[in-house]
Amino acid sequence: MNDQLTARLAGPPPQPGIFDELSKREIRRAMLSGIAIPGYQVPFGSREMPVARGWGSGGLQATLSLVGEDSRLKVIDQGEDAGVNASNLRRLVVSHVGCEEETDTRHADIIQSRHRIPEQPLRDGQVLVLQVPGAEPLAGIVRDMDEQRRMHAEADYAKMWVRLYEDVVHNGLITAAAGYPVLVEGRYIMTPSPIPRWDVPKLDRSEAITVLSAGREKRIFAVPPHTSVVPLTFEDRPFEVEHTPGAACRLCGSADTYIVQEPAADGRFTTWVCSDTDFCRRRRTGDAPAPAQPVQGETA
Amino acid sequence: MSTATVAPPAWALKVEGLGRIYGDPSPESVPGTGPESGTVISPATGAVVAAWDVGFEVAPGEALGIIGESGSGKSTVMRCIAGDEDATTGTINLRGVGDGTVDVRTLDPSARRGLRLHQLSAVYQDPAAGLNLDVTAGGNIADPLTAVGWRHYGRIRERAASLLRRVEVPLDRMDDLVRTFSGGMRQRVQIAKALANDPPVLLLDEPTTGLDASVAAGVLDLLRELLEETGVAAVVVSHDFAVIDLLTRRVLVMQHGRVVESGLTDQLLEDPQHPYSQQLVAAARG
Repeated sequence: MNDQLTARLAGPPPQPGIFDELSKREIRRAMLSGIAIPGYQVPFGSREMPVARGWGSGGLQATLSLVGEDSRLKVIDQGEDAGVNASNLRRLVVSHVGCEEETDTRHADIIQSRHRIPEQPLRDGQVLVLQVPGAEPLAGIVRDMDEQRRMHAEADYAKMWVRLYEDVVHNGLITAAAGYPVLVEGRYIMTPSPIPRWDVPKLDRSEAITVLSAGREKRIFAVPPHTSVVPLTFEDRPFEVEHTPGAACRLCGSADTYIVQEPAADGRFTTWVCSDTDFCRRRRTGDAPAPAQPVQGETA
Repeated sequence: MSTATVAPPAWALKVEGLGRIYGDPSPESVPGTGPESGTVISPATGAVVAAWDVGFEVAPGEALGIIGESGSGKSTVMRCIAGDEDATTGTINLRGVGDGTVDVRTLDPSARRGLRLHQLSAVYQDPAAGLNLDVTAGGNIADPLTAVGWRHYGRIRERAASLLRRVEVPLDRMDDLVRTFSGGMRQRVQIAKALANDPPVLLLDEPTTGLDASVAAGVLDLLRELLEETGVAAVVVSHDFAVIDLLTRRVLVMQHGRVVESGLTDQLLEDPQHPYSQQLVAAARG
């Protein structure tokens, strides 16, 4: 009886591969729960993946649950489509599902990433899957996981604010760099994946769905479209993004994108390039909107 | 008319019939415990009747003492009021919650914890119980402030500084970890934190017991001034009549979980009626 029921629930007979339909369904359910409660961490049964936990296993499970044969999939490591980890994850999914490889952000249906959100603003219908190494923003503040859950349940975030206060006292500013804590829709404090501060404002009222998946911690959370995502900061300490005065991409000349230092021939870091290689390529071929005003290193 | 609005009560805190039993909470646990029996352990069930039938009112600006030896149940009463543990029976009303019509024991755990933000604060014997020692003095005071919605760094600093000034902690120590503070200074920081949101009720559990005599005297002076100035309703729990004498006008004497005598502090000190009170006073006179 139970066998019949599970067989019916499982749908078509399992294809040889790395992920069965029941598991995908569970993960889609977790994603829907996450979308229904923006920023809330939904536990899920993280499966074994052909990548080690902490290497994108959570993002891989989310992506595998979302892609169909006609999906166009973009995977980036840092901002780069050609990174080793990105290429292998993309090839793994494509060979498993038979979907299309994509590098142009505009044409991708699903974008899996860990460290970056593409420069190209995402549009309605796209899903950004972020691989999250540490899902719990309160982890470094209280150790007891029951207490962490209670704090989330009651929105009792005073200790997080004390942490930020202490940061300003000791360092003169809030030092959180990657995975900057944010308040989602005025309710849950969430840590994004290790994206730079630069990318945090892109989460706010995005047109796309953002799914954050932590395979090791077995939690999925999400930001639905048009949802407010506000970086935590004091009223008299404006949130600032990374900015190096005078620095611009060596290849496309952009100063309004997230740029990273690159070693020169003598080994010294003197030049800068765009982290988002797709956007950089489009800038060079005139296929991307030209830089607006040079940014002042400050957004929200 | 039953619909007429009732005037808010004169008291800030009212406790009635408070009891706390560890173990079998049924009524059979109570007989055979208390001062007459000389034990808190129920002969019938083996339960510990740590406090039973404790009741009092405290008015704004008034300080009530609870005195008794270790194990008399005085700290249990305080923890039940603070919400650190739940009483077995009885009612606890605060004037600030529904004009005193709400028994705070009926609130859900989240609302109950919320009382600690606006309605009552506690100062514990051990500063580590009320403070995070690995956070600065200012950061410990920022905790209750941010909990009620303060989001302006400069104003949080100002408020923390004024509180620390009030409890006479040097401001150049404001950004030092509390772990580096002496016992007396930690206790002052704990008091400043307790006062951060101007609570109408303040619970003090052996606030000077861990301190040496001269430091304790300084903290006691500070507490006496604060109680006079702020109009807070205070409950002071102590085993030390010197502390009770200095801080409170009225006092309850507890023994084996029961109130054995109550009255004005100076009268009780002059003329204790209950044998146990007489013992305590005699001990205090040395």
